[in-house]
Amino acid sequence: MAEHERHDLDVLVVGAGGAGLRAAVESANAGAKTGLVCKSLLGKAHTVMAEGGMAAAMANVWPEDNWQVHFRDTMRGGKMLNNWRMAQLHAQEAPDRVYELEEWGALFDRTPDGRILQRDFGGHRYARLAHIGDRTGLELIRTLQHHTIHRAVEVFMECKVLGLLKDGDRISGALAYWREQGTFVVFAAKAVILATGGAGKIYKYTSNSWEGTGDGHALALWAGAELIDMEFFQLHPTGMIWPPSARGILVTEGVRGDGGVLRNSEGERFMFNHIPEYFKAETADSVDEADRWYDDHVNNRRPPELLPRDEVARAINAEVKAGRGSPHGGAFLDIASRRPEEYIKRRLPSMYHQFKHLADVDITKEAMEVGPTAHYIMGGVRVDADTQATVVPGLYAAGEVSGGMHGANRLGGNSLSDLIVFGRRAGESAAKYALGLPTQPTVDQTEVDRLTTEALAPFGRDQGENPYTLHQDLQAVMQDLVGIIRVEAEMREALERIEALKNRARNVRVEGHVQYNPGWGEATDLPALLAVAECVTRAAVERKESRGGHTRDDYPTTDPMWSRVNNRLTMDGDGIVVNQIPLPEMPDDLKKLFEEAF
Amino acid sequence: MASTAYTARLRVWRGDASGGDFVDYEVEADPGEVVLDVIHRLQAEQTGDLAVRWNCKAGKCGSCSAEINGLPRLMCMTRMALFGEDQVVTVAPMRTFPIIRDLVTDVSYNYEKAKEIPELELVPRPPEGYRMFQQDIERLQEFHKCIECFMCQNVCHVIRDHEENKPAFAGPRFFLKYADLDMHPLSAKGSTSAVRDAGLGYCNITKCCTEVCPEDIHITDNAIIPMKERVVDKHLDPLVWLGNKITRRKDSRD
Repeated sequence: MAEHERHDLDVLVVGAGGAGLRAAVESANAGAKTGLVCKSLLGKAHTVMAEGGMAAAMANVWPEDNWQVHFRDTMRGGKMLNNWRMAQLHAQEAPDRVYELEEWGALFDRTPDGRILQRDFGGHRYARLAHIGDRTGLELIRTLQHHTIHRAVEVFMECKVLGLLKDGDRISGALAYWREQGTFVVFAAKAVILATGGAGKIYKYTSNSWEGTGDGHALALWAGAELIDMEFFQLHPTGMIWPPSARGILVTEGVRGDGGVLRNSEGERFMFNHIPEYFKAETADSVDEADRWYDDHVNNRRPPELLPRDEVARAINAEVKAGRGSPHGGAFLDIASRRPEEYIKRRLPSMYHQFKHLADVDITKEAMEVGPTAHYIMGGVRVDADTQATVVPGLYAAGEVSGGMHGANRLGGNSLSDLIVFGRRAGESAAKYALGLPTQPTVDQTEVDRLTTEALAPFGRDQGENPYTLHQDLQAVMQDLVGIIRVEAEMREALERIEALKNRARNVRVEGHVQYNPGWGEATDLPALLAVAECVTRAAVERKESRGGHTRDDYPTTDPMWSRVNNRLTMDGDGIVVNQIPLPEMPDDLKKLFEEAF
Repeated sequence: MASTAYTARLRVWRGDASGGDFVDYEVEADPGEVVLDVIHRLQAEQTGDLAVRWNCKAGKCGSCSAEINGLPRLMCMTRMALFGEDQVVTVAPMRTFPIIRDLVTDVSYNYEKAKEIPELELVPRPPEGYRMFQQDIERLQEFHKCIECFMCQNVCHVIRDHEENKPAFAGPRFFLKYADLDMHPLSAKGSTSAVRDAGLGYCNITKCCTEVCPEDIHITDNAIIPMKERVVDKHLDPLVWLGNKITRRKDSRD
């Protein structure tokens, strides 16, 4: 086979969102020869769309806040299924990572005395989210992007990784192709950090950008790593639902944090009717208490609109099913009647802009129509909490692609902080591992040849499947059969349909040539999309209970047996298998935090 | 598809670096859709290899810039209802950057210019942490709204049709960055020399950049003009110049 362009590196970071950029900075600072490869242009990753903020117990607004409270909120929001050590490290280190961003140029909104302002979000006991209006992700990515280009990091833009390479058990690099030229490139790397984000594109209605095709989940699985808890897919309760073209686009939780409320077609603040037992003690049960809370968090309990996202999504779904939905099948999100125009425009400029341009709705005067949208996968690559190492030597994962940190449901604001806390840790440990290896592992040329042949096969067919159609068909299967409310029979049917789609995918045809060909891009995304969809479905069939981002109509309650284990997915030959492994045991001093009264 | 669907007439530029031309298509559309939706349908149903760059489809990433009926716009924020149903909608790539394929251009010029900007350096962090006041950072937060769609660069007449000016000219997007360095309340050093060297003087404030900014950033009024004033104050005021010569003081802010 042909000689491909080759780059020899210590550490290759795959993905240039928050986690990837932060990992690359740390790896380069540690002296490792670092490369960063991303499917899009630098600065366009899905992190750019994050809105509300990053959670960190800096206690700038509420001095009562500290890492222990943040840790407890995170674990409770995740229905205690989180990897406790990750949740602890996250809560402890997030403030330092935020201050570091400030030092690198991020301009967070300020308190009256000039410190970083923090805003309220669902599931967080205190106002805890450092933010820049409703464009926090943009600020995060731009700050890290400009910091990265001044470090010794080689950036490979618009370049897609097709497979990981191994030398025996350990990682030896990755094979990728340049989207612009369509030529292949071999990255010989001692360590690879997956920071590829999520997989929202397995669903029809999603807040994710096109890049969220689960590449890293699939790459890890294929390379012999383990995935955990893939059934937990967060439906963000507030996505746009109208017009159809905008369906799925995110409406920040900041709208509710800043005073917005949800109403049904009867004008009722229905969330008061959907407070689960688990959160009763900490949630306001009257409108008066809920409204007082904005000014006094100590003596009042949180409004039910700020319950964790899984609860709010289920409530909206229930209202629609009961016939009290908005005209286009969602709920009304109203901030217009509750806050002055000037405040809304200052706090939520991007929401104002988005609704004005895409829906002809002025959110300072009218309510928004919203409904659940596939937003975030809690499940992901199983990693060591301290080092982000997988079971494959040399392979690391950070950010959304990793699993464990968020348990069964992620709290809003905990993602951006997750990216920078564990991006840094992954960069540090991957660099250490790589610098400790005396020689570059050998690149497996047979595997390189196999991957390139497979990637080019769609060009050789005179007839075959349209990759766009296949992707749309997969999205319909997942949306209809493995969506917000799941039942066994439908999921079994989904598995059969996914199997049929896998067969069709072997016969994909792409027209034209290899240069900047989006049809080919779609074709090369399909294997990962199908693998991740199958993982989500298999794990969802297995978990016979309802918890967090996994709701079963046939098993509507939480089952204590399932609170002690993670679902683990691995490759067995060509098939994906699920089994259960014990949840890491929390030490007693941390357990005590959950005994205290709210 | 809603019952309001109609057949839209699109004229899309197809080709690569060696040349190309507009191709006419008829494709189903809805007034509630945006141009990018219709381009995607065209890809999925008629021409699978039509190259277009996009990411978020929500106006936040700045990837899908194009010239639509002659005006620079984000395809994802341009609603079909803007045009008559029988009107031909022409979609062309940005002209200032070399063509890669179809609607995709080579914007690497911008990434090279970004690298030339000095890194922000703040004064040392005091033990109690940095303090900045909202009113002092608001003008910079306006600059930080930039989504790097590069449409301001695309319309800037200094480089549009003037390839020869590119080496010496950073362009409006990056004048925002230089202004950021100079105006940051805690910046340890200024950027007036750097922005002068980045070609600020080429700009004769025609405000084309401001007009096309999808984030409504007042690039000319709030960044470029103040920076021009700062450059003049710093480097061209004879009294300041003389003062610097006599005292031989190295200004800590530049």
